[in-house]
Amino acid sequence: MTTLIYDGTFEGLLTVIFEIYAQNLGLVKLQTGVERDGALFENVLTVVTDEARATRVLKGLKQKVSSTGVQRLYAAHLAEISGEDLNLVGYIRHAFDSAINIEEDYGNKFVMRVSELVRMIRREKHRMEAFIRFQKLTDETYYASIEPDFNVLPLLNRHFKNRYADQKWLIYDIKRKYGLYYDLHDTQFIDIDFSGNNKAGNVMVSFSPDEPIYQHLWKNYFHSVNIISRKNTKLHLRHIPKRYWRHLTEKI
Amino acid sequence: MNEERITEKLNILADAAKYDVSCASSGSKRKNENKGLGNASNGICHSYTEDGRCVSLLKILLTNHCIFDCAYCVSRKNNDIKRAAFTVQEVVDLTINFYRRNYIEGLFLSSGIFKDADYTMERLVRVAKKLRTEHKFNGYIHLKSIPGASDELMNEAGLYADRLSVNLELPTPAGLKLLAPDKDQRDMIKPMGYLKHAIIKHTEEKKLFKKAPLFAPAGQSTQMIIGATPENDSQVLQSANYFYKNFNLKRVYYSGYVPVLTDSRLPALNTAVPMVRENRLYQADWLMRFYGFNVNEIVSKSQPHLDLDIDPKLGWAIRNMQAFPVDINKADLQMILRVPGIGLLSAKKIVSARRFGKLNWDQLKKMGVSLNRAKYFMICNSNEFERRDLTGTNIKQFILATSQSKYLKNNQSQLNLF
Repeated sequence: MTTLIYDGTFEGLLTVIFEIYAQNLGLVKLQTGVERDGALFENVLTVVTDEARATRVLKGLKQKVSSTGVQRLYAAHLAEISGEDLNLVGYIRHAFDSAINIEEDYGNKFVMRVSELVRMIRREKHRMEAFIRFQKLTDETYYASIEPDFNVLPLLNRHFKNRYADQKWLIYDIKRKYGLYYDLHDTQFIDIDFSGNNKAGNVMVSFSPDEPIYQHLWKNYFHSVNIISRKNTKLHLRHIPKRYWRHLTEKI
Repeated sequence: MNEERITEKLNILADAAKYDVSCASSGSKRKNENKGLGNASNGICHSYTEDGRCVSLLKILLTNHCIFDCAYCVSRKNNDIKRAAFTVQEVVDLTINFYRRNYIEGLFLSSGIFKDADYTMERLVRVAKKLRTEHKFNGYIHLKSIPGASDELMNEAGLYADRLSVNLELPTPAGLKLLAPDKDQRDMIKPMGYLKHAIIKHTEEKKLFKKAPLFAPAGQSTQMIIGATPENDSQVLQSANYFYKNFNLKRVYYSGYVPVLTDSRLPALNTAVPMVRENRLYQADWLMRFYGFNVNEIVSKSQPHLDLDIDPKLGWAIRNMQAFPVDINKADLQMILRVPGIGLLSAKKIVSARRFGKLNWDQLKKMGVSLNRAKYFMICNSNEFERRDLTGTNIKQFILATSQSKYLKNNQSQLNLF
């Protein structure tokens, strides 16, 4: 058993794969960050992320799985669930060691796990596409804050860029402290300093005059369409878990 | 904008539209290629009402004034309620502003009938036209066609809307005659027939010329009220099947009757909404559309009603024990789809995955197969064989004892009323 220490990035993970094949390693463990005390007794290897090596592995991977398959691996990595990168390693090794494309080999535990991870990520991505509520600011930018469980903001780019092509918008991840901004031409990731007078809550001050009106109309609409005699709280909560409520206009 | 007046109108006209079932916003393919606002392809439900239904579209009536007097309808002429009407511009503004804030996928516009069919339809079309041409809006638009509207207006509607629907209201002409004496099923079938041919024509044009305009790309749907009249499930599903086959409908919606009006022709006000029955009808509908079941396999003269305590696929399996057990590692997709507890996605996964090796219970479970039902109807690469020559009745008892339908559990309070 060899423990590989890497930086936790996708490039780092691909470099890990390079090392596994270069040194012909069998069973491995993964650890992010720096070497811990006590690791002296184990077989430990620090892997320094290397772009050239990562690119070589990626190129090789593209010959073994489809481009969608590579995207799925990247999405699964974005989940940032601790311990899961090891399953990605298992998947990639299975792909390299097999003569045929293994993407649909759901009987294999790594393929199945990656498929589960991708489903979890896709679900949260889809929920963000549904639950993001923009608020119009005085400068005509539409602002939304989010707190997803997984880091899905990079996966939201395409959807919102295709949909809202004629309005400026900003989606800000409060948890991870970065945002995605569209300026009518392109999108870019941005950091905002919300310290001092710039608190996220103060965005309220710069609402456009019609913003409260439409929020009010939407809340009213939400109440008008409810059919009391069909009330079904359980089903309601399954569709909109409570943790999303504080960003939903109709639920505030 | 007069905020107070708009709020009041929205409350009245959203409340009146809420019994319309359709809220789907999928099946279209409108891209945002003009740097305009929005696109429409995969439906997104942006919210859910407290009764658990999805909110995907701004679903409103243009007006709840109506010249008709249909017994089941809150907007009927002789019902003493507040009336309101939106202007075309008001609907356009609401749609655009809700859409820009990501509240909705688009607009579902229906209407009470003022004056006559064409007068009303013309206004609905005007809303859609304004959204598309003046605001470069590519979001989803579903227009409820008014029975009896002229072909010219239906044609124009198809050019701007993603989906069109004509409500059948009730599963049979006899039911319609009883509750909606002003309406005639022939008036509903005529625009459906026109749309069917127009959609086919435009699809063929689109194949030849890429630039040909879209025409109702998400097709047409309809809805019928269940439980207001005495039709049995067989009549309901036969009727749905007839419209799927003859009018290429994308969907038929079944709306469990919610008693809101007192009328000697209708179930009493305290009658429970038939939610379980509605759910079973949707399950049966899915079997017809996606699982390759013929309507006569699901209901028949001797079995005119769907079971309320088990889903229709399990019901079919129990009546047809000779077709089982199915060997998961050998059977074709169509047969795997007939195993209770295996859905569309898992069935496809199974067929893909078994190319790599034989599958066992564990792997099937991971793929999402619901083993508590499936285990009685299949064999796979495991030694245990669960069926032990059980009869259909035994199996039904076992399944009911070990599981309770999520749906039934949710509605304890409703079931107690029976």
